[in-house]
Formats: sequence, C-alpha cells, structure tokens
Amino acid sequence: MPDEPTAAVTRLLVNGTEHEVSASADTPLLYVLRNDLGLKATHFGCGTGQCGACKVLIDGRAVASCDTPLWAAAGRSITTVEGLGSAAHPHALQRALIAEQAGQCGYCLPGILASAAALLALRPEPSETEVRAALDENLCRCGSHNRIVRAVLRAARESTEQAG
Amino acid sequence: MNLAPRRVADDKDKLPQLPGSLHVNRRLSQWLRFLRDGTIEVRSGKVEIGQGIATALAQIAAEELDVQIGRIRMVAASTAGSPDEGVTSGSRSVQDSGLALRHACAEARAIYLEAAAARLGVPVESLSVADGEISSTDGAHTSYAALADDALLERDASASIAPKEISKHRLVGTSAERIDLAAKVYGQPRFVHDFELPNMLHARVLRPPSPAATLNVLDAARTRALPGVIAVVRDGNFVGVLAEREEIALKGLERLRQDASWQETETLPDASTLGDWLKAQPAETTLVAERGAGAKSAAVETRHARYTRPYLAHASIAPCCAVALWDEERLRLWTHSQGIYNLRADLALALALPPERIDVEHMEGAGCYGHNGADDAACDAALLARAAPGRPVKLQWTRTDEMAWAPFGPAMTIEIEADLDAGGDILAWRHDIWSNGHSSRPGRAKSPTLLAAAQIDAPFERVIAINPPPAAGGGAERNAVPGYDLPAWRISSHRLLTMPIRTSALRSLGAYANVFAIESFLDELAAHRGEDALAYRLRLLSDPRSRAVLEAAARRANWQGWQMREGRGHGIGFARYKGNGAWCAVIAEIEAAREIRVERLVIALDVGLAINPDGVINQIEGGAIQATSWTLKEQVRFDRTRIAGTWDDYPILRFSETPKVEVELVLRQEEPPLGAGEAAQGPTAAAIANAVFDALGVRVRDLPLTPERVAAAMA
Repeated sequence: MPDEPTAAVTRLLVNGTEHEVSASADTPLLYVLRNDLGLKATHFGCGTGQCGACKVLIDGRAVASCDTPLWAAAGRSITTVEGLGSAAHPHALQRALIAEQAGQCGYCLPGILASAAALLALRPEPSETEVRAALDENLCRCGSHNRIVRAVLRAARESTEQAG
Repeated sequence: MNLAPRRVADDKDKLPQLPGSLHVNRRLSQWLRFLRDGTIEVRSGKVEIGQGIATALAQIAAEELDVQIGRIRMVAASTAGSPDEGVTSGSRSVQDSGLALRHACAEARAIYLEAAAARLGVPVESLSVADGEISSTDGAHTSYAALADDALLERDASASIAPKEISKHRLVGTSAERIDLAAKVYGQPRFVHDFELPNMLHARVLRPPSPAATLNVLDAARTRALPGVIAVVRDGNFVGVLAEREEIALKGLERLRQDASWQETETLPDASTLGDWLKAQPAETTLVAERGAGAKSAAVETRHARYTRPYLAHASIAPCCAVALWDEERLRLWTHSQGIYNLRADLALALALPPERIDVEHMEGAGCYGHNGADDAACDAALLARAAPGRPVKLQWTRTDEMAWAPFGPAMTIEIEADLDAGGDILAWRHDIWSNGHSSRPGRAKSPTLLAAAQIDAPFERVIAINPPPAAGGGAERNAVPGYDLPAWRISSHRLLTMPIRTSALRSLGAYANVFAIESFLDELAAHRGEDALAYRLRLLSDPRSRAVLEAAARRANWQGWQMREGRGHGIGFARYKGNGAWCAVIAEIEAAREIRVERLVIALDVGLAINPDGVINQIEGGAIQATSWTLKEQVRFDRTRIAGTWDDYPILRFSETPKVEVELVLRQEEPPLGAGEAAQGPTAAAIANAVFDALGVRVRDLPLTPERVAAAMA
C-alpha cells in the first residue's frame, strides 16, 4: 500500500548527543524521544499542539514535539528537560521551581520548563506580564500558575545576579 | 449496592475501635516496615494525585518515629498488601490515613524501643530516639536499622500508645518540601505514563463517536495489515488496536476510525435548556434536612431564585493511561486509580475473574480532581492485553477520550426560596436540587461501573450515578444545608433516574454549585435589605470559626476600604466544607469589561492543624484557580448526539488570565487536621458572581459567567 509507514534511519541531536533512530519519517518527535531514546520527561497531553505538555527546545525555540515530525527535527539541536539540568547540575529554572514549590501534580512542568527556558534565553529579565504571555500556550490544570510565574521570575533574578 | 468494602468493616465492628483507617487495617506490618539500611517503608491506601498527600503522610510517620523525613519511603499502594482505605477522595486522607499512620507509627516506635531495651539490657524508659538512632541514658546504643525485623510488626495495632503531643511536634506543622517535586522537575520517570516494561506493546481504543453509538461494521483488514500491528480487538462495541510502536498504534487507530461505521442516536439533552431538562426528568427525591416549621404567617414576602451549573470535565493535562499484563490467567495492572481495591472489585466483575487473580498497583497520574477515567483506562488495558498474553500493554487515552468519555461532574439546577419578614429577615429557607448522582465510582455496585463494561459483547447495564451517603458528605446535596443561623429550612434533593451523560464525582461534588447558589442568594437578600454583604453574613453566623475566616479575609482584602470604580466589583463567598470540614472565606475582586476578569482572590482558611502549611496553601491556591476557571469558562459542549472532545471546545484558564491569590491560614494547630483540597471551590464561585453583581448590578445565575451570559443578564 502506498501509505505504509517505512522505517528509515534518522540522525537526531538530542541534549548534545547524536542518535540514530529507526522510525518512519512522519513519526511525531514526542514518541521517538520517549520510546526510542527513553527520555520520559517530555509528556503527551493532546497530540495537537494545544496544551504544551510536550514542548521541547529545538534550536532554542519551544516547540510542541507531538506535532513535529521526525524529519523536521533532523539535523537540529533538540533539548529536553533531561538536557536542561539534573539534580547534580540543576538549571536555574529547576532550582527555582523547587524553591517556590511550584507544582502539584507536576505533569505540565517539563513543557513549561521548555517555554520558560526559551523566554529567558531571549529576555533574561522579563516582566511578570511577559512571563505569563510566554507561558500562555502551556496549560496547567492544578492551578500552580502563580507559583510557576514566581519561579520563572526568581530564576531570571538569580541568573542575572550571578551573571552580574 | 454491593457492600463489599463495608463487609470488612462489619467484621471489625466486634473489635475495639481503632483510629482512622487502622480500624479496618489492623496489622501494623500493613502500614510500615523497618529496613536494614535505615530507611522505613510506609504504606498508605491513600494515593498521591497531585495534592501532596505523600509528603504530609511522610511527615506524620517521620514525626512519630523520630526520624528525618528523608528516611521515609512511601510505597506505592498495591492490592498485594497495602491497607485498604477505599478511595482517595472527599478530602479525607489526612483524617483517615494520617490518623492511622500516626497511631501505627507511635506503636511501632514503642515496639522497637522494647526490642532495644531487651537487647541493650536497659529499662525502656532510659531510651530516646534521634533520626532512628536509639540511645540509653547510660550510653548504650542501637538503631531501628540494627533491630530491623519484620516479625516485630506482625501483630495487630492496639492503639494503646499515645502519639506525640502536638506541642512536641518538630516536623508536623512545618512546610516540608514536597517529596515528589524534585523528581518531576528533573523529568525523571514517575507517572504511569512513563512506566515501561520489557517487550511492551502500545494500545489505543477506538471509542464510538457518541455515547449511544453502536458499531455496525468494522473492517479491520487495513489496520491488521499495518506492519507492527499485533492485534485488533473487537468485543461488541469495544474496539482497540495493539502495536509494537506507539505511532503505529495511532496509525492503526486512524485506520480503524475510517473503517468503522456506527449507528448513532440522539440521546442527549438540549444544552440550551439544560436547567429545565434536569427538572423534567424522573427522579428520586430525598429530604436532606429540615429544621423548624417556618412562621409562614409572619412572612410578608417570598423571594425565589434559580441557579444552574453545566456539566464539567476533569480535563486533566494527561489523558488517562494504564499498563496491563496477562500471565497464566493472572492479571497485573498499573494504574492511577484513586481506589485500587474498588477497581479490582469491578474488574473482577467485568472480566469474570476472581479478585485474587488480579493485582493492582498504583502509579501516579497527572492531577486528579475526582472520579476521572483512570479506572476505565485500566479496564480498557485489561481487555486489550488479553489479546497478547505474556506481553505488557500500555493503553494511552487520547485527548478526545479524556474530554468526551471520562465521567463528568453533573449539571445541576438549584432553586432557593426564602420567606422574609417585614424587616427583610429570613423566616424560612427552602433549597431544591435537581442533578444526576455524583458518584459512579467502581467497587460499590452489583454491576461494574467501568466504561468498557457497558460496551463489550455481553454488556453490563450502565449504572445510574448515585449520591454518596450523608455520612460521607453526600453528593448533590453536599453543602446544601446553610451554615447560617436560620430559624427554619427544608432542603430536598432530586436525583435523576436517567443518565444520558455519564456523571460522577468532581472535586467538591455538589458543594461547588450549592455554595454558589446559597451565597449568591444571600447576597441578593442583603442587597434587597440594603445591607453590606459581610455585615449581613456576620449577623447570621454565631459559629466563632466561621466568623473568624470571614473577618480575616475581610481584613486582608480591606473589604471596608474598597474604592468603587466603574467596571470593577468585589464580592464575598463563604462555606464550611461539608458542614464538618475546613472553613473557607473568599473575597474576589474583578474587572468586568468585554469579559469578566478576576484580578485578585483573598482567601482565609481554617483547616485546624495544618500538617504542612505550604502544602495547604498550595492546595487552596490551586483549588481557587481551578474554580475560577470553572466559573468563568467551563462547560461541556454537546449537541443532541455527540459530546465535543477537544481543548477548543473546552477552554480552561490560562497563565495570563490567572488571578493573584492570597491565602491566609487561620492557624489552629491544637485542633484536629482537616482536608484542604475542596474547601475553596464553592466560595470562590460565589465570590466571583457576587463581584459581578457589584460591578454591573446584574445577577448572573447560570454558570459559567461567560460574556454571552453576562450580556444576556444585562439585556
């Protein structure tokens, strides 16, 4: 049949490491990250790019991985939350989320980290309004919004203080 | 009603009463276990659903055992041995499980001290514990780790050991960090969605296009031909696909959708007249409460108002998920269900399998706000995994499954009437509720309530939702009895006996709409008398803890000093959750322009002893923000046949729309602890609606308070 999916080898650069994945070129990046590379931080939420749970950084921009096909991600630099930081070497945003206890269920946080990291890279000292606008494509159902906003502002403050 | 969970309780009724869930789970070894490495496993039947309960319970255990919280390892609830604590619901976990753990840990500590005294040859009175290290006054030394022996806790609790006095607490009552948050922030696999077993398959269910649809024809040939598809399952109207890879399962689902033809029927009510439809359905009427006769003769006026709320969706960020594995006629399940034992009972019915052959283990899901589709997804996974014995199957619901097929919080119509005397004071109060039942939870009926059980070839009859008993806070009638000093009232609940749209428990159940209605109507009566809304309420409240939260919120929001401005308003809402839970007062400040925008919520709360004050504040902030979303935006959309199932059809509050939320805890650390998760919903809705009246001078009595509703009320 003409529309049979055929697995091809795609080279992907994820968190600074190059991987070869064998999957059909139209496979959403989300499933490759989670199932082929075992990077479970990036979460499924809707599959249509409407909730932000699956956002990752692609060349520094926060993008929904659920509607990014594998072919479109090839050759670009992908960063997931696992690549953003770890308990041993946390990103300022991760430190700040813990400091503000900014989460309830925590399922939306990886996508929010991607959006927030993209914002801070572009605007190191955003206003509260800018933070809220930057996170508007990320849905949170538990109502942790205000704590998350405080955490992003804290991360910005602490990063610029460190830089200064 | 199948009283299986209660039968256990009946047997235990002959035994002395033990605190909380310890009464029906008396074995100490069910609750905790000391390990050689110095950690202590703690088991609870209550599960983490985003509310932070694991942290609060770990604090309680660590407090009684005199260890650092880091030594406590909360073990996932499992039917293989966890205490059976029913369902994690009703804001009861701190009371039920916390109290049980407090006593179980106090007793375990005493048992280990006895063992230490015997080993060291010293009197037990000479011993003290610091982070699990046990020392005697004469310098002898051992530890929980050194003494660790499972046999020591193989006995029933006696509750003869008094737990620590509250004044001696060093950990309970402090804002310990959430024990689960760091892992989530670093993206470590934690959710059942992230769970992976070797050789695992991925599965999707082809749900019908509408609730009453039946499958005419399914041609699965094209789907089966997809490389990587392992099986297509059809069992009556239940259809699903299993594949080696997740994206292949999705492609298979798409093909199945194209190759299935359904018979659809118009069974849904007219959404535009839902309030009337609810009143016109056959119903079972219950007198909820009656007080006084009401001096009708003295009444000079009767005022009446009708309030409605729509069907509301859980709309969790993660669609439901489960992993199932059939092995040698034995089923293993990993699920984010709120009640693993109840789920097992229903699975046993649906699958015609003895419960002993089913093991259910809890794993975290995303935020859970009531009876969502977690149990349904577990049943789906079990049905599909039967087609691939020996291989684990992960079943992931789609977004549309989540939005259109999880049970909904029921639509409600509430009518309130008050007889007033010449001074405008209330002589008698009547409150009537029309609503579907607020519980279809599994494990309680003769027939399973799981979604697929009504779709398989030999379907089980769909169980019409019931209301939980009054002792559990009731369902539709939750918080229908006003907390005010009124001379007479009569509260009735009319539970629908038809259920075209499947309903069950959603956070705070009937309390959200009842408090919205009561507090709106009180505001109408205050305005009718020309009296300040706060002063009016305080005049009707003698309960000191009720008054205290209202006064605290008013002080914090500077209620008296409010500056009137065009298009802005403030309003107040208050309730004591379930009439026996937390006290909560909310003041909302809003701006009414093209749409209603909530700028600030000021909340005062009394939960008695706050095990973790920041955890309580987090729950209240979240509850208030979610209630703001319900109140301003949310209603399930449907036509006469289909229920809409995307985020476009069901928008929720976004970051830029979120109000500032200030929470003030009225601290009463000497009083028993109360749950916080459901206290703010009703008062928040009422405060917002009352603020809209303050800003615009019109009453919007139908939720949500959308621009269309506000415009209609103003016309």
